Amino acid sequence: MQFLDFFRRPRESEKDVAAQRLRLILAHDRANISPGMLEMLKDEIIAVISKHLQIDPQNVNVKFTEDQREARLVADIPLSNSRKERKTKK
Amino acid sequence: MAGKIITVTSGKGGVGKTTTTANLSLAMALLGKRVICIDADIGLRNLDVMLGLENRIVYDIVNVIEGRCALQKALVRDKRFSELLLLPAAQTRDKGDITEDDMNRIAHQAAELADYVFIDSPAGIEHGFRYATKPADLVLIVTYPEVTAVRDADRVIGLLEASDHTPAKLIINRIKPELVRRNEMLDADAIVDLLAIDLIGIVPEDSMILAAANRGQPAVLDPHSAAGQVFLEIARRLNGEDVPFSPLKEPSILQRLFGSLK
Repeated sequence: MQFLDFFRRPRESEKDVAAQRLRLILAHDRANISPGMLEMLKDEIIAVISKHLQIDPQNVNVKFTEDQREARLVADIPLSNSRKERKTKK
Repeated sequence: MAGKIITVTSGKGGVGKTTTTANLSLAMALLGKRVICIDADIGLRNLDVMLGLENRIVYDIVNVIEGRCALQKALVRDKRFSELLLLPAAQTRDKGDITEDDMNRIAHQAAELADYVFIDSPAGIEHGFRYATKPADLVLIVTYPEVTAVRDADRVIGLLEASDHTPAKLIINRIKPELVRRNEMLDADAIVDLLAIDLIGIVPEDSMILAAANRGQPAVLDPHSAAGQVFLEIARRLNGEDVPFSPLKEPSILQRLFGSLK
């Protein structure tokens, strides 16, 4: 029934597309960091933290948020839950 | 008391800096103020043509800087309003012939003779932008409702914040009300939200602007021009009046026909 989604999903307006692209472009411009650089930064963060903690690298999320003209780098780094893993192994 | 120095800039070229400067200068003269407008786009002089004053130029800003003539002698008086004066750019020189200190000195000298000094900045964010914004008490940033122009406006805002913290206000130019209504164009709210800067005017797309440039008669002189009337409102806001933002009107079919036939 996937084809029905096409009708259900409200189409994003031209305006929303432009506004969303701009939001991201401006966040990167203001912080002076390109999307590719952010990806590299994410890999380095994963490497550093992995030395000390067990993390789940697949679900690490590093992104910009912004409030007015203040940009913020937010890293969401889930720790791998060893207890849960043990459970699933059983 | 010295007049207020206002620089019109945009980062991106072609968004309407010179049109804005010409119209705001004339609007201020209409409001009875003494105005001097300075064309800072050395090598690409155009403000004179917008104002219809190109045939009256004898001296230019570089002549004044080099001490060949006094500021008063280089000023070109408007045909319509004797209280409006233009300091033309030099056409056969380049931006390297002016320093920030030169422009600062000339602009403040002009401010002694006028209530408002408008400086038409060159496009870009290099030397020309820096000397044009240096003397400003207020910077007006002109943008167009398109991703690239808004991005460039953001760069300009960032550069102003990083240097002098000169107050800045935004003019959104050439907005098309029918495209905004259909959600096909960035609206003023979205742009102001992204740029986080005070808005001072939303100028609608208006075919009369082209006719105005063709004739050297800025649209603010035409009471039927929607854009011209908005420029007048912006001038009144700059003057400290509390002018509410009028809702954007879509041109009627008759107006469109009339506009294209004109």
